[in-house]
Order: sequence, then C-alpha cells, then structure tokens
Amino acid sequence: MNKLLNFGIYCWSWIATLGVFLVVGLLLFYLLSQGLPTIGKELFFGDAPAWKAILGQVRVWDALWPACVGTLFLVLIAALLAVPLGISSGIYLACFAPKSVKRILSLLVELLAGTPSIVMGLFGFAMILFLRNTFFPNANTSLLLSSVCLALLILPYLIFTTQAALESLSDEYLLIGPSLGFNQIQTVFHVLIPAAGRGILSGVVLSIGRAAEDTAVIMLTGVIANAGLPQGLLGKFEALPFRIFYLAAEYRTSAELDSAYGTALVLLSLTGILYGGAFALHKTLELRWNQH
Amino acid sequence: MEAFLQYATVFSALIVLILFGFLTYFTLPLFAEGQFAELFSLHWRPFHGEFGILPMISGTLALAISALLIAYPLGLGICLFVHGLGPRWLARPTLLLVHGMTGIPTVVYGFVAVFLLVPLLRNNFSHGSGFSLLAAALTLSILILPTIILLINSQLEHIVPKLRLTTTALGISRIHELTRISLPAASYGLLSAAILGFGRAVGDTLIALMVAGNAAQIPEFAFDSIRTLTAHIALVVATDSQSTTYHSLFACGLILFLTTASVNLLLHRIKHRTCRETDCE
Repeated sequence: MNKLLNFGIYCWSWIATLGVFLVVGLLLFYLLSQGLPTIGKELFFGDAPAWKAILGQVRVWDALWPACVGTLFLVLIAALLAVPLGISSGIYLACFAPKSVKRILSLLVELLAGTPSIVMGLFGFAMILFLRNTFFPNANTSLLLSSVCLALLILPYLIFTTQAALESLSDEYLLIGPSLGFNQIQTVFHVLIPAAGRGILSGVVLSIGRAAEDTAVIMLTGVIANAGLPQGLLGKFEALPFRIFYLAAEYRTSAELDSAYGTALVLLSLTGILYGGAFALHKTLELRWNQH
Repeated sequence: MEAFLQYATVFSALIVLILFGFLTYFTLPLFAEGQFAELFSLHWRPFHGEFGILPMISGTLALAISALLIAYPLGLGICLFVHGLGPRWLARPTLLLVHGMTGIPTVVYGFVAVFLLVPLLRNNFSHGSGFSLLAAALTLSILILPTIILLINSQLEHIVPKLRLTTTALGISRIHELTRISLPAASYGLLSAAILGFGRAVGDTLIALMVAGNAAQIPEFAFDSIRTLTAHIALVVATDSQSTTYHSLFACGLILFLTTASVNLLLHRIKHRTCRETDCE
C-alpha cells in the first residue's frame, strides 16, 4: 500500500513537471507560429509610411505604433514617480528604521503589495470622481492617472527588492563603514548602496516589466482602443496589453486577429527581455557574493 | 537625509490607508440609503434597480478555489520533482521555466486560452460556448502555479540540503525522505503557498474577464459561465456611467481589498509565528 502510494507520488511529480513544460511549450509555439508571420512594418505602422509615423506627422490606423508609444510613456512616467520613492523607502526600511516602526511600515507596504490591480484602478477612478465633486469638475481619466496608479502598483516591489538587496549584504560590509570612521549615512551611501546596486537595479527592471504588462489598472483609468498617439498627460492613450485584450474580444476581420497575435508576441518579447534582464542581474549579484 | 527617507517611507506606507479610506468613503452611501441589504441579493439587473453582487462573490470563490485545487497538487509535484524525484539535470531547467513563467503577461495567458482552450472545450464537450468556470480555472491555475512553486521551493531549499546527508546515511529512500520528513518540516511554506495562491487567484482580473463568460449567475457546474468581482468592476466601469451602480462597484472593490488584506495579514502572522519558533532573522 505504502509502495503504491510512493509510486503514485513519483509518477505524479513527473506528470506535473512534463505537463507544465508541455503547456508553456504549446503556448510559446502557438504564439510564435501565429505571430511571427505578422511581424513586419505592416504590423507596426499599417499603411502609413514608417518615418512619418514615428515622427508623428501622419496618424497610424489599425496598427501597433500608437500602443507602443503609449506603453512607453506609461511605463516611463510610472517609473519616474515610483522609483525615487520606492528606493528611498527601501533604504530607510533596510538601514535606518527602528525595529518597531519597521514592522508596522513593512506590514502596510505588504498590504499595498497584495492589493489586486483592479482595485488600484478603481482607486484611480475614485480619485477622478472625488476631483470632479470637489475642485475640478472636468477631471477625467488620462495618461497621468494611469501612470500614477501603475506607480502605486509597482511601488511595493521596488521597496521590497531594494530592502532585500541591502539586507542580504554580508555582515563584513556593515563593518567597513564604521572601521573607516564613517557615520551611518556615509556608510549607507558610500558602502552599502554601491554594493547592492545591481540588486536594486534588478528590482527596477522587474517593476518596469510589471508596469508594462498590467492591463486591469489602465482599463479603468484612461486607456481606449483608438486614441492614436498620446496627446499629453491629460489625454487618452493606447497600450499594448489593452490592445491584446480588446482585439481578442472584438476582432472583426482576420487581419485584426493576425494583428492581435503579433501584438501578443511583441508584448511577450518585451516582458521576456525585461524579466530576463532582471533575473540575470540578480544571478550575477549572487555569483559575486558566492565567490567571496 | 535620514528625515527625507523617513518621510518617503511613511508616505509609501500611508497609501494603502488612503486607498482603504477612498473605497470606504464611496461605499458609505449604500449604508446611508439603506441599500446595503439589497447588495447581497441574487440578481444583478441594473435597469430594474437590482444591484445584487452575490453571484459575483460566489463566482470569485468558485473560480479561486477550483484554480487552487488544480494548481496546488501540480505545484507540489513539481517541487518534489525538483528536489529529488526527477533527474538532477532537469531540476535547474524546471526552476528556470517556473521563473520564466512569472514573466508571461496575464493578458497573453488569457489571449491564448481564448483561442486554444475555449474552442477545445466547446468542441469536445457539448455544453455552451466554452467560456466557462472550467476554462478560467485551468488558465488561472497556470498563472498562480509559479507563486505556489517558488514559495514551497524557497523553504525546501533550506531544509533538503540539511537533511540529505543524514537521511542518506540512514538508508532512507529519497521519496520517503521528501514526503515524510522534508514536506512536514516545510509546513510554513506549504500553508503560505496555498494562502498566497488563493489571494492571487481572487485578485486576478484579466483571465476571468476574457475566459469565464461573464454571466452574472451563481455557478452550479463546471461549464457554467461565471462573473467574478474583478471582472464585474471592469465590465461596469467600461459600459455604465450611472452613479447608482458606482456605489455597488466600490462595495465590490472593498470586498476584494478586505479579502486580499486578510490574506496578507494571515501570511504575516504565520511568518512571525514560524520565525519565533525556528529562531530565524
């Protein structure tokens, strides 16, 4: 009986592992086989001449370019807002916070990290309703609002990765500063942060990947299907993940469906590169410590 | 400088309280107008003035639990595979794959499910359109799998190497060691993986929205079309702009927030208790 159970567990572990390899393999194969043929100038710019489209002189219809620009702006603004705040908070929690304060603050940040992205989007939507009722009757969802909400979404990741990168430094590093007569601030900024730089950077890259893929937040805060290039901070915009969602639900022609496959492949490559980069940074960091 | 860092941290920590405040503030009118009881009715018919969200709550629970029931045994199997039941040379590629899976966007999983899984279900089982609880649960289980595996794995990574020499010397077989000694010792990882997996499943929007069919009804059976709280928020904001429906939306948001917040508080407690027992940190 026991033997049978053991054999069952053994078989299950093989089935589970091979099954997941199969599922992910199938997903990649499917996207590559359907998406690769669509990659080309046509996918990004439609009928518009490429250079004029890039310079914004002609409007691009039914193609990826506006969504690429939208996602780029979205991610850049979100990172601009979240990175300084996240890294500062991470440094404080790792190096300065007294233990009791640290516990409460970390708990609150953990709660923020656990908040579903749709709730973050709803928060943005609530802020607009609030502004309409109070100071700005004309407030509406926009690129800026989406970026702010995305910044809130990625903030906890930045804090955790910064904190973890600093706290995982070996104890010798903590002694270098005082042994040179540095005070706490000098130790942190001239010894610990340079040593943990790669880990912090890997967190930044990871959080940019999260911001680029998230769909639920932007759905509630200003993305639309045919906005064209973003017209300023208070305008509507397009984004890659939303385009995939939209086309999957509402495609009318097979050309639109092909474009959806292409978009999915482009987004997958983008997040693949970002996550891969973050992972590589993290690994080289570990290697460096293990050599010592 | 230190003060600046402190302000930044306090600000980051306060955001979640502000968020909670906003959600509560916008839900309050429901209490004031006495519509609170109506919220927990079985029917979502906004044009008849009925704003019941019970179908969505049950949809969320059904989906999250079934996704967890599929993903958890798979995750456990893969962890055992990596830690000794599979060949050594496959352990690293398997973990690499799992790490890679965290980088696949949710919307891409949903997209592939719409065009691969849903037609498969529609053609092989003659129950409705294929957009169903089952389709969403299968897709969602793949999404939460890496979370589960990485959490259990991070615990086993500490436990297994310590035990291996002893158990090998005692002549205990690999499978016996893993299932009777290592796994029980990793109970914190096992428990927190289940809780966190559930939390992620409850919070996901895109897969439910794309694959589950979105009919506001109580699910009775795997091929039923369901609507989750998350998908409900997305759908109503996208289509509707009456102010009366908004309040019930914020109630949905508040329920979601409170669920994931309790998940996190629970995890926090388990972690601290385990830390006290095992003297970590």
